[in-house]
Formats: sequence, C-alpha cells, structure tokens
Amino acid sequence: MTDFIRDLDFYQLDDWLSSEEKMTRDAVRRFVQREALPSIERHFANETFPLELVPEMARLGIFGANLKGYGCAGMNNIAYGLIMQELEACDSGLRSFASVQSALAMYAIYSSGTEEQKKRYLPEMAKGKLLGCFGLTEPDHGSDPGGMETRARKDGSHWVLNGTKRWITNGSIADLAIVWARVDEGITGFIVEKGTPGFSAADIHGKFSMRASITSELVLDEVRLGESHHLANARGLRAPLSCLTQARYGIAWGAVGAARTCFQCALEYAKSRKQFSRRLAGYQLVQRKLVDMLTEITKAQLICFRLGQLKDAGTMRPEQVSLAKRNNVNAALEIARMARDMLGANGIVNEYPVIRHMLNLETVNTYEGTYDVQTLILGRDITGESAFD
Amino acid sequence: MKILVPIKRVPDPATTIRVLPDGSGIATDNIKWVINPFDEIALEEALRIKERQGAGDVVLVSIGQQSWQEQLRTGLAMGADRAILVKAEQPVDTFAVARILAKIVADEKPELVIIGKQAIDDDSNQVGQILAELLGWPQATFASKIEIADGRCTVIREADGGLETVAFTLPAVITTDLRLNEPRYASLPGIMKARKKPLKEIAVDTLGLDLHPRVKIKAMKAPQKRQAGRKLSSVQELVQALHTEAKVI
Ligand SMILES: Cc1cc2nc3c(=O)[nH]c(=O)nc-3n(C[C@H](O)[C@H](O)[C@H](O)COP(=O)(O)OP(=O)(O)OC[C@H]3O[C@@H](n4cnc5c(N)ncnc54)[C@H](O)[C@@H]3O)c2cc1C
Repeated sequence: MTDFIRDLDFYQLDDWLSSEEKMTRDAVRRFVQREALPSIERHFANETFPLELVPEMARLGIFGANLKGYGCAGMNNIAYGLIMQELEACDSGLRSFASVQSALAMYAIYSSGTEEQKKRYLPEMAKGKLLGCFGLTEPDHGSDPGGMETRARKDGSHWVLNGTKRWITNGSIADLAIVWARVDEGITGFIVEKGTPGFSAADIHGKFSMRASITSELVLDEVRLGESHHLANARGLRAPLSCLTQARYGIAWGAVGAARTCFQCALEYAKSRKQFSRRLAGYQLVQRKLVDMLTEITKAQLICFRLGQLKDAGTMRPEQVSLAKRNNVNAALEIARMARDMLGANGIVNEYPVIRHMLNLETVNTYEGTYDVQTLILGRDITGESAFD
Repeated sequence: MKILVPIKRVPDPATTIRVLPDGSGIATDNIKWVINPFDEIALEEALRIKERQGAGDVVLVSIGQQSWQEQLRTGLAMGADRAILVKAEQPVDTFAVARILAKIVADEKPELVIIGKQAIDDDSNQVGQILAELLGWPQATFASKIEIADGRCTVIREADGGLETVAFTLPAVITTDLRLNEPRYASLPGIMKARKKPLKEIAVDTLGLDLHPRVKIKAMKAPQKRQAGRKLSSVQELVQALHTEAKVI
C-alpha cells in the first residue's frame, strides 16, 4: 500500500503502461530529481528560467517528443503526457517551457508549415538549438484571440507585420516566434526570427506566479518577412486553436504532477508534525483533506489516461481536452491550496515546494483558455448554444 | 571491444520492503523493479569505454524470469547493443549465477565483464569474484576508476584502508563501486531504438549445468524497528547512560 501512495498510483494505472511508457516516465523523473529540482527554488526566487537544463532536455528527447520524423522521438501521447507530468511535478514553468517549445511552436510548424520550413526548423528545435515561442495573446485580446489587432499586409512579395503580443512564454529567450496576425482573409501565422528588424521582446517582471519561466511582450514594428516565413497552410483561427489543443493536452497531464508534489509534501508533513496530543495525520479533519486530494488526483489520472488513448487513436475531440484541462488544473489548484493550508506557516516558505506550485497553478488555470473559457467551450458542446459573446 | 554486463532485477531502493508472514521471502506484489544500481554503474562504464574507443559491443545478460526483460530493455534503451535472457523459473544462488555467466562468457567471448559489486537485494557480493575464479581471469573488485590501453587495464579500487591501484591484462572481471560514475538515464530516442535491438532468450536447462543450490534461505526477518532517541539533561547523565546502559565507556 505504501508504494501506491509514494508513486501516487492508487488505481494501479502503472499496469496499463507499456514498458516504454514507464521507461520514459522514469527517465524524465530521474532527470528532474538529479538536474532540475536542486536549482528550481533559486530560479523561482530570481525570476530566471533554468536555461542550463535545455541541452539535457534535448538529449533526453523531450522537445517534440510526440511528433514523427524531423529528429523527433516519435513517442505516443501517453508517454508525452507522462513527460509533462514529471516536468510539472518539478515546476509548472519547466513544463511550460517544454509545452511551448513542443506543442505550440514546433507543432505550429509541424501542422501548418511547408516541407522546407519543417526541415529547416524542426530538427534544430528538437535538439534545443533553436528555441521557440508562441505569440497569440495581445494586451487587449486574451480569451478572445479572434479579436487580435496584429496585422500583416502584403507588400510586393513580402509581408509587413505590425502589432503587440503580450504574456508570451519564452519570448525574450526564443530564437523564433510563431506570430499570429490578421490578414484580409482572416488569421494566419508567421515565423519571426530573433534579430529581424522591427521585432523586439521585453520581459514582464513582478510576477508572483511562473517565476521560473520567462514571460515577455513582443513588439512588431514594420517587420518585413518573405513568404518563406509565412505558415501558408495556417488559415483561420483554427490553426492556432489546434496548437492550443495540443498544449492543453499536456497541461492536463502536467497538473497531475504539480498536485502529486503538493499531496506528497502535505502527507509527509502531516505524518511528522505533532500538535496537541498527536500527529496531524491522526486527526480526522486532516485525513479528510488527504482523502479528498487523493481522490481528485486519481480521477485526474484516469481522465489523462483515457484522453491519451483517444489521442493515440486519433479520435480525441478538442472539447474532451477542455474538460481535462478545466478539471485537472482546477483540482490541482485546490489541492495546492489545501496543502498550503496544511503546512501552516511552513506552507508559505520556499523550504517546501507547495507555495510555489500553488502560485504557478494560478497561471495554469488562466493560460491556454481560462477555467471559464473551457466551461464555455463545453457548454457550447452540450447545448449547441455559444455563450462566448 | 566486447563487454559483457550482467544485470539483476531488484526492488527499487526506495520501495518499502515487507517480509512475508511465513518468513519465506519478501512480498513482491506492488514492488517497483529496477536494474540493480551497481549493475547500472557497470553498464554506464561499459558504454563509456565503448564511446571512448569509438566502437565495441556491449552485451547484457540476465538470469531470471520473463519479466526481467523489462530491465534488459531499459539497459538497451540506455545504449547497450543486445541482450541475453537466461530463463530460469527457480531462484538461483550466487554460485549458480556465476556458473551460468561463465558459460555465457565461454560462448560470447567478451574481453571484459563488468558487473556490480553486489546486488542491493541480498547484498552477497560474490558473483564477480566466483566468476573470475571459474574463468581463471584476473579480477578487480570495488572499482572506482577504470582505464584501458593496449589490452592492459588499470583499476583504482576502493579497499578498506584506502585506494589501491591494480593493473592486469585482459580478459578480466571488474566489479563496480558506487563512485565509479553516475549512470545516464535512457533518452526517448534510445527507448524507441531499444525496441528493435536483439534480445535472445536461452532456457537455463539447455546449458547443461549443475545448478542445484548450495545456499538455502531458512528464514527471513525484518530488522527490528529502531527505538526513538531520548533527551538527556546533563553531561553527567550522558556519561552515566553511556557507562551503565550502552556500556561503551
Ligand atoms: C505566465 C503566462 C504565460 C503565458 N504564455 C502565453 C504564451 O506563451 N502565448 C500566448 O499567446 N499567451 C500566453 N499567455 C496568455 C494567456 O493565454 C491569457 O492570459 C489567457 O488566454 C487569458 O486572457 P487574458 O489574460 O486577457 O484574460 P481575459 O480574457 O481578459 O479574462 C479575464 C477573466 O474574464 C473571463 N472571461 C473572458 N471572457 C469571458 C466570457 N466570454 N464569459 C465569461 N467570462 C469571460 C476569463 O475567464 C477570466 O476570468 C500567458 C499568460 C500567463 C499569465
């Protein structure tokens, strides 16, 4: 029984994993323990991203792990989900980095790029030699990306981009930005390389969440791009939204990792801390909290596993991803808050990982479609009525 | 150079071990299994030797049940070239393991066998030594550094009193200590490649060896629970306790 708790596998989902999936999970878990965990609190405190981990993450094959060809590992989606889970058990910022690189930037090129673009960028991105970011959100358009103001106009054989993107993960450390812009026909995407005249990135400071991740504002001022930098197959809002589906899938798994860390920390604390006559773990109120946490984590794991099967079968619907993202992130956030409470004063210091996860999960709840936006997506799905406007 | 690396499947060191009520062994349900950590160090060293030499063949061998494939696949994912599973349904003692390995060595003809100094389950620390004796090969146990040049091998070994350097010609058997290296973890492309690497199965009774156990486990007991410490209020009390209770002064 003890091991079910330690690995947080109450329903023996391990029995459903192939040995390759388990190996993948174990490899990433070891990477996290050995390389990432020792410095994560420092990076969070300093508002820096652990760039030094990128080469090892690349060697492991984390970037674009579920894409086929172009130097990518070609893992299935369960293995990919497990990678995200292990990364986020360390820090949501570390998982965000991998998500943005893989599910947003690489996937945009993979799904909407020309063969030439794929060959040019994807292998280098898989190797971590080129880092990507994904610019969809704008200062005035978050939940409503369709209202974006960034524009691209044709000038002879070139495109000229103008606009501002905000809240862009990896913005200033990226070698290339996938930028979504309005054209006469609707919305399309571009690959904007660092150093292109008129293109600049500035970091957003003062965050209380995702401090071990870089978040930037991108400014495009008369940025001239050739057709070779246009994602010509990206037509309409559906293109960036399909990237978001990929990223939300990874987030649904990742949230389980953050929740696991919080649960384990709270359980250990409750078993060792004595107040009044006994250990905290011996009080019914505390046990209730632990049981609620374990139940929610187990439910979230089951959702992930089934979602992964559907994704591998090619039958996954975006709405199913919305349910997973909405439920799992919300559950993780509640678990983190509960764990924070159970640690008392120790719950607010960085000696324990709980407050960091709790703060991070506030972002995870918001980005890639807020909790309420996922609700609207599901509401539309089950009623046939769109309640967005 | 061909290097043979025997690996054993053991419970994850972080697993809580429960002894069966009848004392016949440990409860094996719900245990996470891993490659014996010392064997993992042996594999890492073999891979590094191959990488330094630019060529070579790292062959894994395990003696156990079908489920041991999982650890062999992990070793292949780390970078070993192929694997052999000697299928034995019954448990084998260290002498039997060494004899089976000697047979595999005779067939495979490696120039070097690198093996963990002990397995973390029974900690017997014997297989490498017995194997070297059976083969009539030089052995270096508890290696913390290995250098190979022109068929000659120099090993720094962790002896009780300090470090000892030994040199010998190959072929040889080396057993690994903890500080030899830090094993890599499998990469995802490595995991995908492992799928296609050869894993040969040999039934142990086709080897024609006498494997009847020399060692019999009569009973197994969990170690006694450690008593909680006690706070003493003065040095006098401490001295008194060390003298009358602990009887160390
Ligand atoms: C750390 C961080 C990293 C990020 N990284 C990226 C990135 O890499 N790329 C990128 O493009 N974006 C990124 N984002 C942006 C993120 O996706 C947006 O913040 C998110 O989509 C929400 O948009 P908003 O902040 O403008 O909030 P708003 O859209 O203004 O929403 C505010 C509140 O109103 C609610 N709301 C909005 N519309 C409705 C409605 N119709 N009905 C009911 N309630 C509604 C929302 O649920 C929310 O509670 C990141 C954000 C953060 C914080």
